[in-house]
Amino acid sequence: MNNTPLLEMEGISKRFPGVVALDQVSLSVGEGEVVALIGENGAGKSTLMNILGGAIARNDGTIKINGAPVEINSPRDAGAYGIEFIHQELSVLDNLDVAANIFLRREPTFGGFLKLIDRRRIYSEADVLVRKLGLDISSRTPLSRLSIAQQQLVEIGRALSAGARIIIMDEPTSSLTLTETRRLLDIVHDLKSQNVSIIYISHRLHEVEEIADRAVVLRDGKNAGVLQRSEINHERMVRMMVGRDLKELFTGAEEGGTKAAGEGFVVRRLRTLRYPKHTVSFNVAHGEVLGFAGLVGAGRSEMARAIFGVEEAHETEVALDGKSLSINGPVDAISHGIYLIPEDRRQSGLIVDFNVRENISLPNLDAYSSAKLINRAKETKAAVDACKAINIKTPTPEMRAANLSGGNQQKVVLAKWLTFAPQVLIFDEPTRGIDVGAKAEIYQLIRKLAANGVSVIVISSEMEEVLGISDRIAVMHEGRLTGILQRSQFSEEAVMRLATGTEG
Amino acid sequence: MKKELGIFVLLIVLCVITSILNPNFLLAINLQNIARQIGAFGIFSIGLGLVIITGGIELSVGSMMGLLGVLLSMMLTEWHFPIIIALVACIAVSMVLSLGHGLLITRLNMQPFIVTLCGLLFYRGIARFISHDETKGFGTVAGLDFLRFLANGNPLGIPMPFVLLIVIAAITWVVLHRSVYGRYLFATGRNPEAARYAGINTKGIVTLTYVICGALTAISGIIFAFYTNSVSPANHGNAYELYGIAAAVLGGCSLRGGEGSVIGIVIGAALLQVLRNLVNLLDIPSSLDFAVMGAVILIGVMADQIFTERRNRRQIAMMREMSAREAQSS
Repeated sequence: MNNTPLLEMEGISKRFPGVVALDQVSLSVGEGEVVALIGENGAGKSTLMNILGGAIARNDGTIKINGAPVEINSPRDAGAYGIEFIHQELSVLDNLDVAANIFLRREPTFGGFLKLIDRRRIYSEADVLVRKLGLDISSRTPLSRLSIAQQQLVEIGRALSAGARIIIMDEPTSSLTLTETRRLLDIVHDLKSQNVSIIYISHRLHEVEEIADRAVVLRDGKNAGVLQRSEINHERMVRMMVGRDLKELFTGAEEGGTKAAGEGFVVRRLRTLRYPKHTVSFNVAHGEVLGFAGLVGAGRSEMARAIFGVEEAHETEVALDGKSLSINGPVDAISHGIYLIPEDRRQSGLIVDFNVRENISLPNLDAYSSAKLINRAKETKAAVDACKAINIKTPTPEMRAANLSGGNQQKVVLAKWLTFAPQVLIFDEPTRGIDVGAKAEIYQLIRKLAANGVSVIVISSEMEEVLGISDRIAVMHEGRLTGILQRSQFSEEAVMRLATGTEG
Repeated sequence: MKKELGIFVLLIVLCVITSILNPNFLLAINLQNIARQIGAFGIFSIGLGLVIITGGIELSVGSMMGLLGVLLSMMLTEWHFPIIIALVACIAVSMVLSLGHGLLITRLNMQPFIVTLCGLLFYRGIARFISHDETKGFGTVAGLDFLRFLANGNPLGIPMPFVLLIVIAAITWVVLHRSVYGRYLFATGRNPEAARYAGINTKGIVTLTYVICGALTAISGIIFAFYTNSVSPANHGNAYELYGIAAAVLGGCSLRGGEGSVIGIVIGAALLQVLRNLVNLLDIPSSLDFAVMGAVILIGVMADQIFTERRNRRQIAMMREMSAREAQSS
């Protein structure tokens, strides 16, 4: 090994409209080195890797390979420099077989301009590669018959056959079982011994402890520090990832807030389709904000959808103030005053081609109609009132929702439910992709709703948010409720420990 | 509203050009004839348009009308059903079969194109089978004057099918553009997931829409049967689904769903019939019939696309202006 690192990223900055996603971030990777890239959600890991992978363009900074500056403007450019990205969401084609996936876009051909695929070659070469990765299958197997873990190995195979020198793995173990994870880590070791460099993004800190030569920590789009092999341990990483004070963004949450009479909202033995083996039980008092923390894929959104009735929930008991409810679909949930502000605003929360008025009135149309005919004046008035009440910035209620900013779109989703009298409101990632100003407004709205006696559930992957807004925090890990923290027990370390399953 | 205006202008322009090139266009008998066709085609086109707004498609309307024509004739001339029973049965058969389409699509998650394509093939086959592939008529059955009047009558000089179309269009206009059902239909067609999250029974809405289409198809089918007065099982209604789809698309319906208007569909249906008439009157070789239609539809839809884009750009500019004003004042 010489002294020049294989890859150097220096002073990388990326600004999105209204947000600085990366601010002068640097990262270097040596040959055959495993570098863990860690940080909270929104810290800028994905943005940085997408710049390296050629998926997005940087505003500032240089990328050097073997000391020479390079321009990476597309995934194809990245591939030419031996950089391959294995995304968290698998990007294999499950309608094709293993060999076709491995050689996609690099198919060896014969027959001149006819470009016939050299089938003999791709299958024999793919078979060799598959065996090298410890997969006991033929390269003619259709991808759809492989497990997620096997599909992931096929993706690694694709990267290797493309001559990858640096492989970026984004949360590679997030959907793997323990044994599968074990095997993946072994393969990372093998790759390292073949002098392939790995950039390993993971929330699972024990994996990082095990395989990383170095851990680069990002926080709020900046470098927060680097830990060498000997310095890497759980405590240090957590401190570096979260180490900062809560901002003044959060005003309302105080010990023993307004708890009105009645038991509030009770959920017993909730089972989701994704984690049918685990049951989750909890309750939310009137006027309480219960935060739900956990890593992506912990089963929190599935839980929310099951409560709201858009997903099946087996044998779940739901009760409001001691009265048990039967929920077989969103219609039932809505009739009981239980509402969901879903994670995917543009797909599930809104009809983006509808205007603001039509979106707000949609679930409550009967209130603005007589004999099933909509009274336009009443409907418009309700929309205008809602815009005023929660400060939705739009020149007219006739504006297409697609043209509003993220924060204002989210307020439109909320406005839909505020035309009712909510009993329970479930927010799933309420401030994802929203600028700071709008965030603060949404936090105030959440606290105000709680102050009015609503039972509020806030699912959030942002540490700061969940600590700032909640009266209590329930933490989930792979479908299990690993603990509920009281306000006096709140700390980022405590949440992180429960969320990564390092304890309990 | 602007959408409809554009295609309405196109319709007027075509009428003016045709009447200049061949003044016979304006003869009362020609206009009556066109209006009768517009009526008969327009009624089922509205039903098909509603289905398209759900994001679905209904390919079986032509075969359905063939089947209904055969059934109607056989019920009246061979089985001697009372007229009113035959009519009700006709409409009921169409609605029940359409309900089947709706259920297959919403409960079994089958693709509308496939379900209704099978309908297209199946109903045509059944029509030919039960009639032994023989052309059917209404012979000398007494008491059909009223039905013949529905198809061929001209009260105050206006053909009855056209009158019926206007009445049906008025009703569906209110339902689609002013009622809760209509709003749910647009929401479901545009984004079924968000519609479900808003508590809309999207499966029910879609199924109901297929049933409505079935009812309107039956009404058109009855008119066509008495208009042609003889039903050839193999040809009656052939390719009519394409006229319906073309009318809906010309009238601003998007095959992606969630978009369209009753007025647009009616003008679209009118435009198609005027085009057919124009080919006739202007001595354009009738072999070019479909080519002319295809070209006009393509141009119409292209223009619509351009208008939509413009309107959206205007709105985005409005948003920018507002944030600029806010930035200034703060």
